[in-house]
Amino acid sequence: MSATLQTLVNQPYKHGFVTSIESDVAPKGLNTDTIRMISTKKNEPEWLLEFRLKSYEAWLKMEVPAWSNVHYPEIDFQAISYYAAPKQKPKLKSMDEVDPELLRTFEKLGVPLHERMALAGVAVDVIFDSVSVATTYKDKLAEVGIIFCSMSEAVLEHPELVKQYLGTVVSTSDNFYAALNSAVFTDGSFCYIPKGVKCPMDLSTYFRINTEESGQFERTLIIAEEGASVSYLEGCTAPAFSSNQLHAAVVELVALDNADIKYSTVQNWYSGDENGIGGIYNFVTKRGLAKGVNSRISWTQVETGSAVTWKYPSCVLLGDNSVGEFYSVAVTNHYQQADTGTKMIHIGKNTRSTIVSKGISAGHSNNSYRGLVKVAPSAAGARNYSQCDSMLVGHQSGAHTFPYIQVANNSSQVEHEASTSKIGEDQLFYFAQRGIDAEAAVSMIINGFCKDVFQQLPMEFAVEATALLSFKLEGSVG
Amino acid sequence: MIHQDSKVLLEVSGLCANVNGTEILKGLNLTVRSGEIHAIMGPNGSGKSTFSKILAGHSAYEVTGGTVMFEGQDLLELAPEERARAGVFLAFQYPIEIPGVGNSQFLRLTYNTVQTHRGKEELDPLEFDDFVREKMKLLEMSPDFLERSVNEGFSGGEKKRNEILQMAMLDPRLAILDETDSGLDIDALRVVAGGVNQLANKDNAIVLVTHYQRLLNYIVPDYVHVMEAGRIIKTGGKELALELESRGYDWVGVEHKAAMGAQA
Repeated sequence: MSATLQTLVNQPYKHGFVTSIESDVAPKGLNTDTIRMISTKKNEPEWLLEFRLKSYEAWLKMEVPAWSNVHYPEIDFQAISYYAAPKQKPKLKSMDEVDPELLRTFEKLGVPLHERMALAGVAVDVIFDSVSVATTYKDKLAEVGIIFCSMSEAVLEHPELVKQYLGTVVSTSDNFYAALNSAVFTDGSFCYIPKGVKCPMDLSTYFRINTEESGQFERTLIIAEEGASVSYLEGCTAPAFSSNQLHAAVVELVALDNADIKYSTVQNWYSGDENGIGGIYNFVTKRGLAKGVNSRISWTQVETGSAVTWKYPSCVLLGDNSVGEFYSVAVTNHYQQADTGTKMIHIGKNTRSTIVSKGISAGHSNNSYRGLVKVAPSAAGARNYSQCDSMLVGHQSGAHTFPYIQVANNSSQVEHEASTSKIGEDQLFYFAQRGIDAEAAVSMIINGFCKDVFQQLPMEFAVEATALLSFKLEGSVG
Repeated sequence: MIHQDSKVLLEVSGLCANVNGTEILKGLNLTVRSGEIHAIMGPNGSGKSTFSKILAGHSAYEVTGGTVMFEGQDLLELAPEERARAGVFLAFQYPIEIPGVGNSQFLRLTYNTVQTHRGKEELDPLEFDDFVREKMKLLEMSPDFLERSVNEGFSGGEKKRNEILQMAMLDPRLAILDETDSGLDIDALRVVAGGVNQLANKDNAIVLVTHYQRLLNYIVPDYVHVMEAGRIIKTGGKELALELESRGYDWVGVEHKAAMGAQA
């Protein structure tokens, strides 16, 4: 790629850039000026700036949550640059410049070559290819009235929809990190499925990899109108280069009458090295509102990355007969910490929820499931089934389960099952005695353990998740 | 069947081994030729099970001396999975449970891994299903075994059948059966033994590790070895097993000590 082209590619937000700041990296620190700057840079309407400022005011009054079972040094929120830092991912000229360790990861995962290049940030033709890919899909989706674009684009082109729904599921003052995100979010995905439309394909952020450089503070909003349905895939399979970066995303889903939203994530942010140095702090608020009758929201997540994960994709089951599901596999190794789970809030009558959580802890890591099942007085006939299984690999890891159950309607039914198991030397010896090496054995055991969750994933994702887990746990046994 | 000119499969010389710093094997010698069935008997704690696990390569045991040659290869140099692929099979005394992993999936992976190593074709799931069902008939196993998780919730008898099923599938050169008779009722014992007998041929060898003579009524050994304190102290024909059954193990040790004393 020519030098000129490279300069062009590296030059973000050329349009509407009218502030006194020369560089496109905001000075470190957070105050109302920073927020105004972000809003101005993005050409945002006044109401959105107010939304941000209101969130900021709320955030100032909030405390860092201390109840989770994770430990990390205090974050200096004034030492973070809140704009454009994620845009600065270096564009590399060829695959030769990519970290060989990263290439090995991709190879292990079986990520196709052009995808590897895109993920590794290699600015080659393929990036431009994917522009056309994205455009093709976008046009095809537009034919049936589906809007699928970046959040920034949605704010400018569909402000009425964004204004109507933004912050209605996760309010600006919901929690510390959600408030922070609401104040400073830079981009994310927006998806709108009109009435009665079944989205003809799985929507994936990958197709927009060129247009969206989602950063530390992503904001995603998905709306399924009456009778609509969509399956959304969020893949974070690229190990990030950065260390100890804060990632505080917010995802809101709204399902109206008879609508169905399925949201699948495979998260593999950089988790720090084997000594626990570096890695992403992944503090994410994800919530779906099953607003209409018979609506359904289903979360499936495979969490393998990040130094610290704090994440509880939840469902508010407001509509009568609405359904919430949470299928999760969380893997921690080395010194990773994960405190993850869900909240199922039953409000409507005959609402149903299912929770299947599989936690795998290896190395010195710590893995907690934390879940709330709440049945409101109005939720007659509500039902919940929860199953939380933990698997320990080695002798130094920890697995914890914190289930909270609050029931205020005595016609409801709540079930909770939990188990803990261990991959033992004896199991591996048994496999070895049948000719199977440790790597293949661990992969088979883990897949067996996770199959209830993996079968919820779309096919390619399931294959990728399987490979990712084996890779993640490579060398952690024996 | 003994043929003095048949090939030596396994040659163990002066094998010494420790577990957690305690010496368990103290100079064990054993030669096994193809076509032979050997029984290793002895009281609890004599080192029988340790010996079988060492042959399979269990990492808890440290070999401190001696050699083990398998078909001319130094067996101790090989990782456990390489030994298995080379044709050493251990039927476990306590088969391990692997929750969540389907038995058919497991059986197919092990079969295909070993086949690949032998330069043979893998079987796809449908072909494998036909193949394994045929082998299961040999052991009078019901097809629902395939649907269950590996050994999970199996009765003692079912676990042992599952071991012999794997032996039947993998067609090893050397099969070591560690206390395969323990936990079996008489019917299961007959079925399992019948399976083993059908698998024995002139090209392979079987080493039965057992505490009791009972199994040897069904699988007739060519040699019976008595182990004590980490060594084989007496070797005889199948009639030795019967003598042990009626007289116990003590006299063998006494005789052995006397012989050692006479030598010194």
